[in-house]
Parts: sequence; C-alpha cells; structure tokens
Amino acid sequence: MSVSADTNATESSRLFGLLVEFEDPNDLVSACRRVRDAGFEKWDAHTPFPIHGMDDAMGIRGTRLPLLILASGMTGLLLALLMQWWMNAVDYPLVISGKPLFGLPANIPVTFELTVLFSALATFFGMWGLNGMPRLYHPVFKSQRFRRATSDRFFIVIETTDPLFDSDRTREFVNSLGGTAVEDLKE
Amino acid sequence: MKTVAVETLDAAAAGRAPDDNTLNDPTQHTPLVLGDNDFTSLTDKVCGIVEKPRPPKAWYVAFAASTALTGVLFLMIGYLILTGVGVWGVNNPVGWGWAIVNFVFWVGIGHAGTLISAILFLLRQKWRTSINRFAEAMTIFAVICAGIFPAIHVGRIWVVHWLFPIPNYQAMWPNFRSPLLWDVFAVGTYMLVSLMFWYTGMIPDLATLRDRAVTKLRHSIYGFFALGWRGSHRHWHRYEKAYLILAGLATPLVLSVHSVVSFDFATSQLPGWHTTIFPPYFVAGAIFSGFAMVGTLLLPARKWFGLKEIVTLYHLENMNKIILVTGSMVGYAYATEFFIAWYSGNTTEAFTFVNRAFGPYAWAYWIMVTCNVVSPQLFWFKKLRTNTTVMMFVYILVNIGMWFERFVITVTSLSRDFLPGSWGYYSPTIVDILTFAGSFGLFFTLFLLFIRYLPMVAMAEVKTVIPIAHIEGEHRPVGDYHGDIPHTHVDNDAGVHQKGDKR
Repeated sequence: MSVSADTNATESSRLFGLLVEFEDPNDLVSACRRVRDAGFEKWDAHTPFPIHGMDDAMGIRGTRLPLLILASGMTGLLLALLMQWWMNAVDYPLVISGKPLFGLPANIPVTFELTVLFSALATFFGMWGLNGMPRLYHPVFKSQRFRRATSDRFFIVIETTDPLFDSDRTREFVNSLGGTAVEDLKE
Repeated sequence: MKTVAVETLDAAAAGRAPDDNTLNDPTQHTPLVLGDNDFTSLTDKVCGIVEKPRPPKAWYVAFAASTALTGVLFLMIGYLILTGVGVWGVNNPVGWGWAIVNFVFWVGIGHAGTLISAILFLLRQKWRTSINRFAEAMTIFAVICAGIFPAIHVGRIWVVHWLFPIPNYQAMWPNFRSPLLWDVFAVGTYMLVSLMFWYTGMIPDLATLRDRAVTKLRHSIYGFFALGWRGSHRHWHRYEKAYLILAGLATPLVLSVHSVVSFDFATSQLPGWHTTIFPPYFVAGAIFSGFAMVGTLLLPARKWFGLKEIVTLYHLENMNKIILVTGSMVGYAYATEFFIAWYSGNTTEAFTFVNRAFGPYAWAYWIMVTCNVVSPQLFWFKKLRTNTTVMMFVYILVNIGMWFERFVITVTSLSRDFLPGSWGYYSPTIVDILTFAGSFGLFFTLFLLFIRYLPMVAMAEVKTVIPIAHIEGEHRPVGDYHGDIPHTHVDNDAGVHQKGDKR
C-alpha cells in the first residue's frame, strides 16, 4: 500500500490534526487498536456505518444516555398522573357516571403515552446533546477526501490537542497505520 | 462445504431466475442485496435517485394527479367548515360515518411502518433494512391523513384546541377518562415518536447527500438537516444506543395506539362494539392493512427507480408471509366474534352479527370477507407470493377490504341498535367521497415528494448487511445497529472474546 502524505506548503492556519484514510473496515479496526494502545485520547474514527468491535477497539465506555432517558420517562409518568389528578379531581371536579374523580385504571392510557413521549424526546435530543449536534462546522469538513466518510471510506483523525501529540513522532506513527492516504487537517 | 453452499445459492444453477433469492434454506445466509454491489455502488444508486436533475416521467404524472386530488381535499374541508357537518351523510342514528372509518383506516396503515422499523429491528430481522425508511415515511404520511378526519369531525373546528389540556375561557379541562381523549394522546405521541425515529435514522444518509452535493443550495439544505453528522464512531456509539431505545419505545407504543383506537368502540355499550377482542383484533388488522399499503407503494417504486437489487423478491416474499399471517388472524377474529355472539346467549349481540352478514349492509360485509380473509390465502403458494402481479392484486384487495372492515364495524352497529324504532340506513354524500379521495391525494403527494428529495433506502443500514468481498477471518466486523455487547471485543481472526480472556 502506498502512503501519500499531502503536507500543505502554506502553513497559514494552525494544524487541527492528522487524517488517515482506509479502504477496508478491517484495516480500520486494527489501526484503531494500535491508536488506542498507543495511549491517545483526543482522536476519533469516522465511518459510513457503525462497525462492530469498534467500541472496544477504540476503548469507548458506555454512554449515559439510558440514565437520562429513564429520568425523563419517570418525569413524564409523574407529570401525567399529576396533571390528570389535578385537572379532573381538584381544579374542576368532573363527575362522570358517578365514578371516582381519580381512578388509576382510567388514567393509565394517558400516563403510558406521556411516559413514552418524554422518554422518546430525551432519547432524540439527548443523543444530539451528548454528540454535540447540531454542529455545522468542523475542521474535517475542509478535506475533500473526507467527503467519502459518509459513503465508502474509513478514517482516523488524531488531534493536535492530544497530550501525546508530537508533530514528528505522531506523523511517523500515523504513516505506519497502514492507511491509503494521510492528510493534514487545518483548524 | 463452501463449494456446496455457493452452488445452491447460485440461482441460475438451481434453475431459478437470477434475481430470485427466495430459497429460504435456514442453513444459509440469504443475500439481502443482489448484484455486484459494494459500499460505493449502494451510495451511488440510492443517492442517484435524489440527485438526478429530473425524475422519471411517471413521477410527474403521478404528482400532477395527486396534487389535484389534494386540492379537492382542501376544497371539501373548506366547504365543510363554512357550511357544517350536515354536508356529510351523518345523521341519527349513524353519527359516525366515513370520517371515523377513514381515521381508523389511515391510522391502521401507519402501523406497518412501525412494525417494520421497530419490531423487526428488535427481532433482528435484517431484511428490514431495505424497506424500513420507506415504510416509516408511509407511517408518517398516513398518520397525517388520519389526524385530519377527527379534527374536522368535531363540528366546530375553531375550538379544536379544547381537545388538549390547555387553559381556555371556560376554565374547563378535558375528560381524561374518555377514550376519545386517550386517542388524542395516543395518536399525537405516535406521530411525534414516528417522526423522531424516522429522522434519527435519516441523519447519516442526509450527511451522505450533503457530502455529495454539487450545488451550494443542496449542500446547505442537506447540511442543515444532517446536523453536522460526520460519521464519528463516538457519535455512532450513542446513535446506535438511541436508535435501539427508540425502537424499544416505539414497539409498545404502536401496540397501544390501535388498542386505544379500538377503545373508542369497545368502551361503549353498543352491540358489536362492546367486546374485549377489539384491541388485539384491531392491531392485527392494522399491521395487515399497512403491509398491503407498503407493498402497493413499494412495487412501482422499486421498478421506476431501479431498486430491484436492494428491495429483492425475498423482501417482498417475507412481507407477503406477514400479510398471510395477519390476514388469517383477522379472519379468525371475525369467526370468534360470531362464535361469542352466539355463545354469550345475548340476543341483541347475536342479532347484530346476523344483521352484519345478512342485513342491509351484507354487501359490505362480504366484500370485507372476500378481500381480507380469502384473497391473502393465495399467499400459501410460493408461485403466487413471488409473482409481482399477483402481489399487487392482493395488496389492492386488502386495502379495499380493510377500509370496508372499519365501515362494517362503525356503520352496521350504529344503524341498527337496541330499538327497531330508531333504525336507519346510512349513505355517504358526494362530499364524504371526495374528502376521502382527497386524503389519498395528500398521502401520495407527500410520498412523491419524499422519494424525490430524501433517500428512500437507509443506506448506512443496508451497508451493514451486504456481503463484503474480502473478509479476513471468521467474524464480520460490520454492525447491525444493535451496538456492541458490553465487555466483549471482536477479533478479526479469532471471533468474540470476553474482556478477561487472553488476547
């Protein structure tokens, strides 16, 4: 495999990181293991679809998202019960066929729906929030090559802000990862 | 071993058509994408549909016809609001006419989309990936059509916000013990959750369209909706978790929605409505009708847009099997209703069912039975369930039959209840008919816009199920949107290990 390093001649802006391209997801997974074992922290892999084994290959820990969803779902459940009780039994008591003003069975459907709704909203927006989305600008978008990250190419980016980053040694390391191309990313 | 597998999978060698992957041999993986497709060609094919400067001619014809019908819908709604519900055929004793029939019909259709996207996902049915985007879009558009009918049925549409628990000048709140109010919450939640699920699934594909955009406008619009997605694996990790949880939430939700719709009928005391079989029976019917509608839309779409390698005969055959199962469940429910009406010893109940089959609406009842119970039985035969002409024929019949099911349930019970003195015969007016036809216009208009401007196949998901040319070692490192099993790692050459194992 030939590795071509496009080091840009005009060093006008600061370096954001080094981008390595792979054509085969298998190569990417092996490379990620090496980056992880080298001890880098400020780095990422970009793929057109989720790849199994990557969480471990990258050393990603579990997300807090499920806890957030549980909390939100419980809030929805309590709010639904509180709303129905207050509106139909307290604020404007509504007598229907002489039935109790607040009875759990009749209030279950709305409670269920609001629990699901609150959980789903937390899932949807929680995923955005934890992923820092929407973020319409990112240095990787400057790379013409990176446009294939959402189609058929696989990438690793090691950022300069990583404490282990050293412009010469990291470049050497990146070249040894077995990618098909290496590119500098500008801030 | 390997050569044997290759030989039997090769359709031509086994005397089958080259695009036939319906062998259904459980010892082999069925190819879910046919042809010589890789990541690149899949992206090109799916994005190509949206990126073409002009859609096929058939699209223009269909779009002109459906926008014209949408116009009719809004004209009829305008006429209804300006004049009053008297323009419809509803009167005493039948106060729920076509509007409610249409509402239940459209909500039911939506259910297939959620079944495909959420329930089949949890059951790890990988074939769903080719059709789920399409089916979810259908869900959303069907629920939009459904929502229109109860809203315009309230009579005084300018106070329709009284349905929601928001303060109004009467200082009154909605009655939370009414199934009609449960419907507001069930259908409203269903609409929002379906929309979020659909959009979440689409984010990576919108990013693909953004990255391939050639004009600045396309880049900005797709870029805005892609939310800056860049395929980061740290993002994929949370994304897969979110997708799985949304599927887990949508599954009980979809079952609850048609159950609540059935409560509108079942909690009343009218003979023929007051039965406990309604929730499961309605849910089975909803999935049945929805699959027929997915098929009705999918057959022309895969032909017009050259998607036969992605939406294969195997996908269609699987859908037909679900139609056969749910159709038979619906038939079984019809039989059970009759049995219980007789076994209960309740004369009014028994009369209602004899009246359904042999009374003034017998024509509607037998259309329903022929379309819903008899026609899907064709799918017992493999030759018929893998023939696209037969499929289309059955899909259309099922669509008709399921509309008639709701008509039979709603109208026969209301038109002849306990007191013969208050019996009547309900007929729709031309406004009823044009409003319903118009709702199809809206449905197809939204659908045609969807296939023109959004990726109709979930590319990122399909890429996880295509056979990859060079796999090193036993295990494919490619995911299926279920996320990794915690504390395991996958080795290309040695399979899956527990964390403590020696590497």
